[in-house]
Amino acid sequence: MEFAELIKTPRVDGVVLRRPFLPTVEGTLCLTGHHLILSSRQDNTEELWLLHANIDAIEKRFVGSLGTIIVKCKDLRVIQLDIPGMEECLNIASSIEVLSTLDSVSLMYPLFYRPMFQVIEDGWKSFLPEDAFKDLESMTEEWRLSDVNKDYSVCSSYPPLVAVPKDVDDDTLRKAAAFRHGGRFPVLSYYHKKNGMVMMRSGQPLTGTNGRRCKEDEKLINATLRAGKRGYIIDTRTVSVAQQAKARGGGFESEANYPQWRRIHKAIERSSILQESLIKLVEACNDQSHSMDRWLSKLEASNWQTHVKEILTTACLAAQCIDREGASVLVHGTEGTDSTLQVTSLAQIILDPACRTIQGFQALVEREWLQAGHPFQQRCSQSAYSNSKPRCEAPVFLLFLDCVWQILRQFPCSFQFSQHFLVLLFEHTYASQFGTFMGNSASERSKLNLSQKTVSLWSWVNRPQEVERLSNPLYEANCLVIWPSVAPQSLLLWEGVFLRWKRSSRCLDEAYDEMVHIIQYNKELQNKVNNLRRQLGAGEQED
Amino acid sequence: MKYIQSSVEQVRLLERFSNKSTSGTLHLTATHLIFVESNNAATTAAQEIWILHHHIASVEKLSLTTSGCPLVIQCRNFRVVHFVVQRERDCHDIYSSLLRLLRPVSYDELYAFSYNPKQNEQQREEGWQLIDLGAEFERMGVPCDRWQLTDVNRDYKICETYPRDLYVPITASKPIIVGSSKFRSKGRFPVLTYFYQEKKAAVCRCSQPLSGFSARCLEDESMLQAISKANHNSRFVYVMDTRPKLNAMANRAAGKGYENEDNYSNIRFQFVGIENIHVMRTSLQKLLEVVGSRFLSVNDYLLGLESCGWLRHVKAVVDAAIFLTKAVTVEGASVLVHCSDGWDRTAQVCSLGALLMDPYYRTIKGFMVLIEKDWISFGHKFADRCDQLDGDPKEVSPVFTQFLECVWQLTEQFPQAFEFSEWLLLQIHEHVHSCQYGNFLANNQRQREELQLGDRTHSLWAFLLREQQNYLNPAYCPTYADTHPVLEPSTLPCHFKFWRNMYHQFDRSMHPRQSVLKNVLTLKESNCKLEDTIKDLEARLQKHGISPPTPDPQASPRDQRILPTRPHSLILEAPLSRKEAQRQQEEEEEEVGEEVTECCSDTERTVEGSSGTERKESYSDLQGTYGAKAEPAVVSLEFGVARMTC
Repeated sequence: MEFAELIKTPRVDGVVLRRPFLPTVEGTLCLTGHHLILSSRQDNTEELWLLHANIDAIEKRFVGSLGTIIVKCKDLRVIQLDIPGMEECLNIASSIEVLSTLDSVSLMYPLFYRPMFQVIEDGWKSFLPEDAFKDLESMTEEWRLSDVNKDYSVCSSYPPLVAVPKDVDDDTLRKAAAFRHGGRFPVLSYYHKKNGMVMMRSGQPLTGTNGRRCKEDEKLINATLRAGKRGYIIDTRTVSVAQQAKARGGGFESEANYPQWRRIHKAIERSSILQESLIKLVEACNDQSHSMDRWLSKLEASNWQTHVKEILTTACLAAQCIDREGASVLVHGTEGTDSTLQVTSLAQIILDPACRTIQGFQALVEREWLQAGHPFQQRCSQSAYSNSKPRCEAPVFLLFLDCVWQILRQFPCSFQFSQHFLVLLFEHTYASQFGTFMGNSASERSKLNLSQKTVSLWSWVNRPQEVERLSNPLYEANCLVIWPSVAPQSLLLWEGVFLRWKRSSRCLDEAYDEMVHIIQYNKELQNKVNNLRRQLGAGEQED
Repeated sequence: MKYIQSSVEQVRLLERFSNKSTSGTLHLTATHLIFVESNNAATTAAQEIWILHHHIASVEKLSLTTSGCPLVIQCRNFRVVHFVVQRERDCHDIYSSLLRLLRPVSYDELYAFSYNPKQNEQQREEGWQLIDLGAEFERMGVPCDRWQLTDVNRDYKICETYPRDLYVPITASKPIIVGSSKFRSKGRFPVLTYFYQEKKAAVCRCSQPLSGFSARCLEDESMLQAISKANHNSRFVYVMDTRPKLNAMANRAAGKGYENEDNYSNIRFQFVGIENIHVMRTSLQKLLEVVGSRFLSVNDYLLGLESCGWLRHVKAVVDAAIFLTKAVTVEGASVLVHCSDGWDRTAQVCSLGALLMDPYYRTIKGFMVLIEKDWISFGHKFADRCDQLDGDPKEVSPVFTQFLECVWQLTEQFPQAFEFSEWLLLQIHEHVHSCQYGNFLANNQRQREELQLGDRTHSLWAFLLREQQNYLNPAYCPTYADTHPVLEPSTLPCHFKFWRNMYHQFDRSMHPRQSVLKNVLTLKESNCKLEDTIKDLEARLQKHGISPPTPDPQASPRDQRILPTRPHSLILEAPLSRKEAQRQQEEEEEEVGEEVTECCSDTERTVEGSSGTERKESYSDLQGTYGAKAEPAVVSLEFGVARMTC
């Protein structure tokens, strides 16, 4: 299929672009296979380049022969295009509709994108499991890297290499995999250097209604316990949801078969409910009504903040079991690809200072989300505005980013990155020129050969100028465990995402720049003082 | 003054949002209730809490439990402390002493009259002369060819609750003033409060007219006419009645009411619907109940925020101020603002409006002038509203707190527009209730003169100005005023936030553990010192005949780090550096043992509790590491208070 067939009107002159809090731009609108471009064709005016993939929904309106298209983007921006000529407008609109909902992976932009920057370090090779395991090996000898999944046959959503207890052989893993949802047998997620405790994750056990058991599964997870120590299983579902799962062949670890483990149920919602929550939240944020009661009740009804609190609380609990109780933890929900990953990745942010650096956070996303098989493509193909019925869409990763932002707000000096990095990741999960978030698992990415055919987001991020932009000027390495407050009064609405387009951010940006300036100026002055002191010292010695 | 000195040992202080507690000794002095934590670890200084008696809003003795007798103390600065006293008798003694102490019946008993900050007489007098409202009107360009100073109220004869010096239109003769004042509730006739020089438009204030259903007053009508004539830019005057229409109508039955547009030529009448003091009091009470509950869910929190209506009221005040500002700055019209008596909602709207219109009021000094003018001098009844003396509980209302919150909401929207940070707002709020300084005592200027406050007490403004580096907003940009002389805030509800630092000021577990504000402020101060050091070093180098070197990137900046002391105040305790953080870690580790059994029995509690534990006042003593040694260990929360007591 050629893109040209889908574009009936590739160019319209005299189009007016209207955006809240920004000047209107009049110019020429061009449609290409992947972009909607609006250019005023004058020097030093900004051009709009919008990826079709970023468009979530459009609305058309006509007044006389003037057509208006309202474009609602996945990054929650809403822009308006006034297009002279009814036919042109209709053509443009129908092209956008088709181009923004192309299902075929082979037509996706990352496969066509050629970087305009020099790739210093190939992001596809920055965070290989082998390298991550080397760090682990330096700390403990109790774990090994197994290639039991090298052809993705044991678990289609796991990477080829996973870390498992040294004493457990591949056969045992295969059998345990057969007992876990999606073949997701328990694997190592995090090793807590301070006390040698570990966090593992998996899919739910397939106990079913008749309480099946699997000796190999028991052996696998018991192998992670120290003699005489108990561990905790954190099930991200409520007891009743977990009970219901039995009827569909799923279930949870019974006390009888796992006597060394204590099970705790939490209540993180399933993905369909999260998507609904996002839609309601964005609707509330876009409400132009000036009624305070309406705003607060809509915010409440969206339940978004409740989800944030629930996820953070569960992550704190997991971190607490490891750090405070000195116990190992296994985390799972149903599939083990959503709420499980939210919990394991956030617990690492809390526990491990390395995850709070720019590189470390990328490694975390790579390890706990991409390699761990979070189905990004399914979850992020629609955002809050889409009119189509959600299939598997859910803001699971966005909620994770929101939780990280909450911790960042509470520990503003403990993160090497600023919220810009989180916002950037949010944008790129929904629409991107990079291949990083394409596909649903390592196996899909490898089948598409993305590491050869696309550029990695990390290649872009890890250039010095980008690192500089994403850095937090207040950062001072903090080697401690950081315990966030999860009281509702401490949790805030993430304005940087949800109110980003609802206000002029100039005031806040300028204030931020001023802060950066003060910090940088301080460094300069300190350098100068040191130099003068040294020179003076040398001068006085000569005297 | 009777002097009570007693101590009770082995008192437990329960943490508000967790199941933790600390034990210590409770001391009762003539001015403070002091809790000193028993010092079990030699390495850490004991936590101390000082509570000024005037700050105590209520003391409640709960029924006896197995562990002792609980005593719950709620303070006007929103601190809530929960003690458990072992012996019921001791508890009762403290309870009854406090009840006696916290209900002073005469002004002489207030702290301000005994407070002695070791200043000489001259310093004290200078403190009171810092703010000069005559000079402030001059700054606005008054008197001028259209507005003049009148001496009708020289002896508080026309209006007891107004100041002596009042500004009225040139054309308003004495009979007009007198006639108008007789037609206005409490004699509060229309006077100038702010003059917008650029358009010669005036903001005037007054109380409601005694119009009833049909009464009219020619002098009052002439008065409004005179205000209108004093502005050539607009043919009419806006009359803003800040009350809801229903309330204003109900007042007519009592012979009061609002202006009839048929009787007043050239007015445009407008209701803006801010609720009265009783609604505001109840609303804040409900808010505090909601946020004070333990294990609050997000949904209950948001529903509570909605149903208490507090943010709705805050927004209503801001909306009214925006209306006023637009009328004056855009249309160039003069505006007359009133409510019922013209000392609550009117003060809120006039002062907030002026803050939006005039960048001067967004500076530290200017903000003090604004409060002095629109609140203190125009007779906001601080004594009644803040319950300074044992009085009518129905007169108490958080009108001024609400004003401070409106200002805070604006500082959040315009982070570069204000010279001061929220610390100043919190500190002013603290002292409005502390009765430690004379500024806010009594209900009006006349009463203040009778009490001779200027001779017998100290001024808060002098104290704040001396410490002003603590209240600076590091992001403040003085040139912001040139590009944004008038602030135009968004009034979308999503831009109004819950002011955690005010209402949970003392609940540390809720606050960020690291403060951006504090960090940047420290750096900014350090920048000034470094600049001086550089000048000094360069001068010395020159003496040695060496020219200043070129920068060397190898130098380690950390060695030279200069960390000035910060106030030991409020929400601001957060570790400055790793060193502090490490000490904190050490303390944290000591506490791990306690929690083991709790982990899974009530997970949520443990998670919140765990943060509470480490946040526990352990920071206050860490402050000491940075040369704050001049201050004794008791410098805990109310630093102004503490300084006096040592």
